[in-house]
Amino acid sequence: MLLRTTQLTAYYGDFQALFGIDFELAAGEIVAIIGANGAGKSTFLKTVTGLLKAPATAVQFDGASLGGRAPGDIVSAGIAMVPEGRRLFPSLSVEENLRMGAYSKRPGEWNLETVYQLFPMLREKRGAPSTSLSGGQQQMVAIGRALMSNPKLLLCDEISLGLAPIVVRDIYDALAKVTAKGLSAVIVEQDVGLAQKASSRLYCFQEGRVSLSGRSNELSREQISHAYFGV
Amino acid sequence: MLNWVDTLIQGILLGGLYALFALGQSLILGVMRLTNVAHGDFVILGAFAGFALIGGVPGTGITGLGLNPVITMLILLPLAAGFGYALQRGVLNGTLGADPMPSLVVTFGLSIIIQNLLLEIFSADPRSINALGVETQSLPLGNDLHVGILPLIVFLLALAATIFMEWLFRRTDLGRAFRATADDIDAARLMGLNHRHIYALATAIAFVLIAFAGMLQGLRTVIQPADGPGLLLYAFEAVIIGGLGSFWGTFAGGILLGVSQSVGFRLDPGWGILIGHVVFLVMLMIRPSGLFPKTR
Repeated sequence: MLLRTTQLTAYYGDFQALFGIDFELAAGEIVAIIGANGAGKSTFLKTVTGLLKAPATAVQFDGASLGGRAPGDIVSAGIAMVPEGRRLFPSLSVEENLRMGAYSKRPGEWNLETVYQLFPMLREKRGAPSTSLSGGQQQMVAIGRALMSNPKLLLCDEISLGLAPIVVRDIYDALAKVTAKGLSAVIVEQDVGLAQKASSRLYCFQEGRVSLSGRSNELSREQISHAYFGV
Repeated sequence: MLNWVDTLIQGILLGGLYALFALGQSLILGVMRLTNVAHGDFVILGAFAGFALIGGVPGTGITGLGLNPVITMLILLPLAAGFGYALQRGVLNGTLGADPMPSLVVTFGLSIIIQNLLLEIFSADPRSINALGVETQSLPLGNDLHVGILPLIVFLLALAATIFMEWLFRRTDLGRAFRATADDIDAARLMGLNHRHIYALATAIAFVLIAFAGMLQGLRTVIQPADGPGLLLYAFEAVIIGGLGSFWGTFAGGILLGVSQSVGFRLDPGWGILIGHVVFLVMLMIRPSGLFPKTR
């Protein structure tokens, strides 16, 4: 298993957001997490990347314990996040945003040139302020920025949010190209159909707990809606 | 007519000094949104440190190194960088967060400590750093106009410092890390950045600028332990007039302030400082984000 969480809990101050999540992902897999707003999907990703403190043994990645480590160490270990809402740096140009992604200097095939080959549109806009781009282009920058750290695992937090369907298709096609080379991915999605199509396995979160898990093409609409809404 | 040209030139040169006071503050405010109430006091501390490095501490047995100001500056600046790094890492990092109060309260406390420490060690006697005669030399411009050599040197150094800071921010990896951290600290941490270290580096650089400005202040005029808050005001005004995140803005803000004060002094000796403050208020009203704001 590349990533495994065992009874993972997470708190925002005194408020408990995750109540013992068991999650696993094998190398090369794409696993989706679905769930309503507030179910704990983004919280889960924040805990894996170290923005929220995890218990020491609750997160195992590539044989090492990541719980409690700083985000910098976790990026160096090979996990990169495409954050919800993109979170590009407004004061930086497109190329500068991409360069920031390479801050941890992990070796690998992803660099400015290969990212521009994946997203040729960005090469034209390399000097533009990142926030002057369209939503879909900004999403490409965010994905490119995460790739620049040459991760073993990519965490995608709602990359279809706010984008037109045709743009979403382009983004997921690019993601498929990227993962075809062996990169593992966790995709958090609001669009259940998209999540099922793009992943091999799927977890459904509901109020901080796993309410359903299984192979994406074996789960029925009723099972998912039952687990999603908790009715 | 010539009087007004002279006033303008004096104002511009004075503005260069104010810009130098403000650059360190602009850096810290821009990168980590930290308001350092003790900024002016640190400048004066730098000045007294330079004074002590040369002449020792009067009334105690501690003697100075007796070197000239330039060599002393080269010794002082790395010490200031180390001090700034340690201060940020050890004290100020703990005050950062959504609430501005902790940093205001802690730096206010530092301001009081510094002023009283300096008062205790050096007494309230005005001191000056010996500029080896340069402070009275001047350069003739044309037939009737003269420019002081020291103010001119200060202005040129301020210009050089501004150019250096702009280059650092826009063209280097470290500057890019500073801008990213200022934009979105969590996203920056997701890139692998250690924000505690980055903030400390920013403060280290700021303290080099602070010590630099302090020594120049000590060279050109007298310094006293209580001078800090006055300098803080000028620094703050220059930064706000210029706009956050832009060092050229800070430089322009300093020049505007210097010229306003100079013109004010020419109109009436009692008005100089006041006119400077009035211009600041007017700028706040007509363009609150500053002349060249870069960060949001």
